[in-house]
Amino acid sequence: MKTWTLTLLAVVLFILHQDLWLWSSATPLILGSLPIGLFYHVCFSIASSLLMWALVKWAWPAHLEKPRNLEAERAQPERNS
Amino acid sequence: MIEAAVVFAYLAIVLYMGIFAFRRHRGTGEDYFLASRSLGPIVFLFSLFGTNMTAFSILGSSGKTFQDGIGVYGLMASSSGLIIPLTLLFVGTRLWAVGKRFGHMTPVQIFRDRWEAGHIGTLIFVLQAALLVPYIVVGVMGGGKTLHALSSGQIPEAVGGGVVALVVMSYVFCGGMRGTAWVNTFQTILFLTFGVLAIVVIGNSLGGFSSTLNRMLEDEATAHLLSREHMNAYVFFSFMFIPLSAIAFPHICIFCLTAKKVESFKYTVILYPVCILAIWLPCVFLGMIAASDASIQDTVQAAGSSDHVMLLVLKQHAPRWLTGILGAAIMAAVMASDSQILALSTMFTEDIFAYYGGKKLFGEKVQVVTGRIFVIVVTAVAYVIAMTTHQQIFDIAIKYAFTGYAALAPLTIAAVFWKRGTKYGALASTLVVMGGLLLIAYLEAAYPETGSIPGLPLLTRTPGGVVFFRGLLPVVPLVLLSTLAMIIVSLLTPPPSRRTVERYFPSGVSS
Repeated sequence: MKTWTLTLLAVVLFILHQDLWLWSSATPLILGSLPIGLFYHVCFSIASSLLMWALVKWAWPAHLEKPRNLEAERAQPERNS
Repeated sequence: MIEAAVVFAYLAIVLYMGIFAFRRHRGTGEDYFLASRSLGPIVFLFSLFGTNMTAFSILGSSGKTFQDGIGVYGLMASSSGLIIPLTLLFVGTRLWAVGKRFGHMTPVQIFRDRWEAGHIGTLIFVLQAALLVPYIVVGVMGGGKTLHALSSGQIPEAVGGGVVALVVMSYVFCGGMRGTAWVNTFQTILFLTFGVLAIVVIGNSLGGFSSTLNRMLEDEATAHLLSREHMNAYVFFSFMFIPLSAIAFPHICIFCLTAKKVESFKYTVILYPVCILAIWLPCVFLGMIAASDASIQDTVQAAGSSDHVMLLVLKQHAPRWLTGILGAAIMAAVMASDSQILALSTMFTEDIFAYYGGKKLFGEKVQVVTGRIFVIVVTAVAYVIAMTTHQQIFDIAIKYAFTGYAALAPLTIAAVFWKRGTKYGALASTLVVMGGLLLIAYLEAAYPETGSIPGLPLLTRTPGGVVFFRGLLPVVPLVLLSTLAMIIVSLLTPPPSRRTVERYFPSGVSS
């Protein structure tokens, strides 16, 4: 369930990047100096960071942290041709 | 000359960093090329980010905004802020794990081992190296031009380029990956700090941004820069595919192998979009503001290039010491070719020298010496090419490089995610990328005039290059075709041995 929710969030964010509804708008100027299209993508960057936080919290590849017998596995495989 | 003096002070600091890193060198290849896989979370975040922050992103972003408007932020920054951390989280961590587990130091080593492929790996090396060289050349060119601009023309481009090449070569030669990581960390912190300060100072100098923007809105010549009404939505969509290139770039892939622990990725993944915001917003903003200045418009028109718009704004509106510090930060971005030079050296010594018997024959110390000599040779060759060739050629080559690496991403993803992937699938995917890039280059050379291309109804020639359908950039079909080639040919050919698959995908654990 968690995986599906996070995948859905990532897909929604991907779609939201294509903000065609703001394509021709320059106003309002947010805080007097950010055109609305630029402000939207600033917010998008912050939303991306929040999504990454959620992914790190709930979809972290924890199995990669398991210690393994590195020396044995590092034995060089034979040269392939 | 105050600006140039500050830049020279910066160059001296990074040179010292390289020499200091040299003192920590342990004499092994893994230490020189990967800093003994020891980077902690903070250095890993800033150095990985700094590696990806090239002249192309700093100077190019403000220059492109000056021409095309605020859409450039969504085009290049917010798209990267979503896609790059996703690839670092899901692919970068896995590359780190297989690198640590099996001792791999380059992407080609991973491909060779994972798919039991020898000469196919060499072919991938050739393609990766060919796509990386233009980057290094443009870095040297950018260094010369930036120093020339900062010194108001007193330092010739050839001398500036030579100084930059010499400094980069020296700290990469001495410090290897450790020196490069420290320099990139320093560079990123410098830009993050002084970029914001520059915005505040320039805002005050202009008497507030609000009045400037309102003036731009009222002027028909500049109003469109505050929206995306002149930007093609298909091109905008295509740029969501370009950041896939990050994980396929050898220098980024190799950087993923330098983390001490997989936890080092956590900060990087979460903060990457915010770092992009902190760096790109000032660049885009300065590019937008520059368009309101008639004297900058005239200078750009006379120069025929908008690449130095940011420097022009700084020179006009910021105190000279701040221009110098930001000039140094821009210089640092231009010098991001350090990690590409080191990556090329690592690839050569590991994928060619060591793979074809050099390490067994001469030992690890000679391998490190070979890597260092290669750094000198690559830098010298890049300098000669930079001083004798027109930049436009390399700008085009870089455009192909982004497309090519993005289309190579399916290879990297398949290596760590797909058990059924085969070496022939990898070969097919590589050949599709090679063929696709050559076809685009041929079509752009054969049809320089804008309009539809005879016999190919879905393709159109635009001033920016060949596009597909209504404006999709070649990266979109090329990524899809490369993925299809990987899947179809892998399914038609025998899989790698069970032993190899189990090494990479231990039972009960996905990669």
